[in-house]
Amino acid sequence: MPFDKPHAVSPGLWALAWKRLRSDGVAMVSLAIVAVFLVMMLLSGTGLIAKDWAKEVGVNYAPPTFVGPAEPGAGATSAPGATSASDKPTELPIEDPLADALAAIRNEGAAAPKAPEASVAEDNKTVDPLAEVMADIRSKAVENVAAEARAPTLPLGGDKWGRDVLKKVIKGSETSIFVGLAAACVATLLGTVFGAVAGYYGKWLDDFFNWFYSVFTAIPYLLLILAVAAVLQQKGTFTIVLILGLTGWTGTFRLIRGEYLKHKGREYVQAADAIGASNARRMFVHIFPNISHVVLVQLSIYTVAFIKSEVILSFLGFGVPVDVVSWGSMLNEAQNELILGKWWQLAAAGTFMAVLVTAFSLFTDALRDALDPKLK
Amino acid sequence: METLLSVRNLRINFRLDKDTTFEAVKGISFDIPKNATVALVGESGSGKSVTSLSMLGLLPKENASVLPGSEIRYDGRNLLELDAVELRKMRGADISMIFQEPMTSLNPVFTAGFQLGEVLRLHMGLSPGAARKRAIALLDEVGIPDAEYKINAFPSQMSGGQQQRVMIAMAIACEPKLLIADEPTTALDVTIQKQILDLIAALQRKHQMSVLFITHDLAVVGEIADYVVVMRSGEIREQGPAKTVFENPQDAYTKALLQCRPRLDRRPVRLPVIEDFMGGSAHAMNLNERKRGVLSSDPIILDVRKLGKDFYTREGVFGRRKFEAVKDVSFKLPKGKTLGLVGESGSGKTTVGLTLMRLHEASAGEALFEGRDILSMTPREFMAYKRRIQIIFQNPYASLNPRFLIGQILTEPMMIHGVGSSTQDRTDLAFEMLQKVGLPEVSFYKYPHEFSGGQRQRIAIARCLTLKPDILICDESVSALDVSVQAQVLNLLQDLQDEFHLSYIFISHDLAVVKYISDQVMVMNQGEIVEIADSDEIYRHPQQPYTKKLLSAIPKGWHHGA
Repeated sequence: MPFDKPHAVSPGLWALAWKRLRSDGVAMVSLAIVAVFLVMMLLSGTGLIAKDWAKEVGVNYAPPTFVGPAEPGAGATSAPGATSASDKPTELPIEDPLADALAAIRNEGAAAPKAPEASVAEDNKTVDPLAEVMADIRSKAVENVAAEARAPTLPLGGDKWGRDVLKKVIKGSETSIFVGLAAACVATLLGTVFGAVAGYYGKWLDDFFNWFYSVFTAIPYLLLILAVAAVLQQKGTFTIVLILGLTGWTGTFRLIRGEYLKHKGREYVQAADAIGASNARRMFVHIFPNISHVVLVQLSIYTVAFIKSEVILSFLGFGVPVDVVSWGSMLNEAQNELILGKWWQLAAAGTFMAVLVTAFSLFTDALRDALDPKLK
Repeated sequence: METLLSVRNLRINFRLDKDTTFEAVKGISFDIPKNATVALVGESGSGKSVTSLSMLGLLPKENASVLPGSEIRYDGRNLLELDAVELRKMRGADISMIFQEPMTSLNPVFTAGFQLGEVLRLHMGLSPGAARKRAIALLDEVGIPDAEYKINAFPSQMSGGQQQRVMIAMAIACEPKLLIADEPTTALDVTIQKQILDLIAALQRKHQMSVLFITHDLAVVGEIADYVVVMRSGEIREQGPAKTVFENPQDAYTKALLQCRPRLDRRPVRLPVIEDFMGGSAHAMNLNERKRGVLSSDPIILDVRKLGKDFYTREGVFGRRKFEAVKDVSFKLPKGKTLGLVGESGSGKTTVGLTLMRLHEASAGEALFEGRDILSMTPREFMAYKRRIQIIFQNPYASLNPRFLIGQILTEPMMIHGVGSSTQDRTDLAFEMLQKVGLPEVSFYKYPHEFSGGQRQRIAIARCLTLKPDILICDESVSALDVSVQAQVLNLLQDLQDEFHLSYIFISHDLAVVKYISDQVMVMNQGEIVEIADSDEIYRHPQQPYTKKLLSAIPKGWHHGA
């Protein structure tokens, strides 16, 4: 009996949840903000924006454009630690204590009978062994000044080296959001698989995972992270993802284990057993769709939590390596700058983080309500 | 007769979402006289519980609204206009309520005595000592043995019947003038139900209070109600003295409710259903007697021998206590016949069903299916037999995966067992089964939550039928359904047996239902078989005292001794 008449398939859980979510103003605004951040992350990740974040485009500690340029000299005096050649581009040429003596020698040489050029060079070398190097440095410094006329102000200010804070914070967002999302995926995946196996099979498997869980949670969280960081040795973005993912699965494990315990006794699972569905089929085809909303909400909560964790770790210096910028490393730099009254890097990183985390948290709440309206 | 409480033009709306409302109660009026029992009868969705909740101001505020013009007069005041403080004074002291589920109505972390004492301290201002004394007296009054000792028991240490007795003790603690009982016996065994009904009737007489008894089952109230109010879809269909309503019902719906419950003395070929009385029935009413019984020449399809199932509970660190849920159960199931399995909760009847399905592993015994023991097979060997023994569970709300479309639910078993050669084949078969169980074709594209309980049970039946089983185990399959829906599903099962020659193992605590559907009845108690005989025989001439006790507890409706 073929069924040719037009028919409407009833909307499923996700369609209904989306409908509820769409009618929630706060949810849609926060979703839009999160989406903007995600697009920004993708663009920056593919190198379309903020590719040259490490380029020193402004004067060091260039203030934000809306504040106006700093008074001349303020930068030099307030940065006693900065001594590299590019620090003082306006004060060229470099001081040369031997300049007068060299000039006298040159004059003498000019008076003397003409010698072969090679011997002059030889002479110069004997008199000033650094002459060539100095000349090189001089010419390069002049070139640099010509190539980059350094901006006195930048849209959101500049850092110690004159890097654009706007580009830096975009690049930092990329790192932080990527770490948060990736670590949340790892932790949720681990927690869900462990929880499903422990809750569904029970018995010794459950005992084993519970034992494992108890040992894991018995260690103070930060200590555990430091320990894993120490074991993994090399620093890198993926290391941080791994650390957070490997230490963060415990909460999801408890939750998913409880859900599986609850659901495996339900009649629909028994009915699936009765029609001959295998264990794997019952676990993932039958039970999983019924708890997938819990997993999704966990993923969302974890993303926020891990973004914050990454910030804390990088702030403490255990996070991303020095050549990578993240919100945490920006905040870390900002603590020294703040003493000098350079607040813009802190403001930029802090604002970006606060906006995303708040929007993401609000979205998580709305998502939970939309998926489980009875809990409201 | 003096009126205690009168409901006038009560209208209650529920807000479903932003702009749709549902009229749950559509302007009803009735009176509760002093010192009388009024039964409010109706099936799910009739608005009977909503009506009773509105009397105590217990409706959920966020989505329920009582429309203006509604009135519930009690003692010269309109209960719907009272503020929260006045209502709280009223609750417990003047009007009190007992709920359906005693297991969830009592707080599991406090003792029965504490919870009972709390009511007395709050409402009557008794001192803790006096409250305790009164609590013991109350427990004694509601028939709890060793009240002195049981007062310190936690709800988990009591049986369901005892918990319901504690709930009743709490409800009558302050001598209310009106006791609202919302399906107080639905969750209980038939023998316990009888005791609770007797208790409520006795307390009503002794304390001279009025009782509003809410139920979906007319038969339950036949013996205790003075007045009956029949509700359907938010309207009152009929009301009047019990004698008139039972003996000379005017409304077609009331007649249907009275007829569609299976009776012990009659066995029509098809049970009458609501549609027979309200018009629009697909089958002609056929009230001729149906023959039942097992002949010695019937071929046997399943031979169960000395089946046993033990459960172990942990005790201490290493110890475990053995609990024998099923002991030494043997029976034969003839092909195309129905074996009824009755017993109270804890009798092991469900365990028998689950063990035969191998959803539990048996501890002892064998079950010969066409000469082969299905209990000792490897799971791989059993796969072929799994298809041929199927089960329909009790709760149709729980036995269908809420995230699956009906189409997926119906085609999945065929896919697992390789029934049908293609997806198209299976889809066609699924449509055929939907038609068999009387559901429209569009159901294929819907989710379980869009169906009512009876429709869901039809889907569960259709799922089993897709595998073309030989044996169908019905585990309390109609117990959760309204009386009229129950009749429809029983008729469906009967039709399917006539058509496919299925063998049923019908597990139920409801003896009238078992009597109607079964050829042979097996009575179980505490894991053992008490009695096994042809169904007519066991109801006419029960041999064992336990069977007699079960039979005498069946609510007889108005038809005393008929």
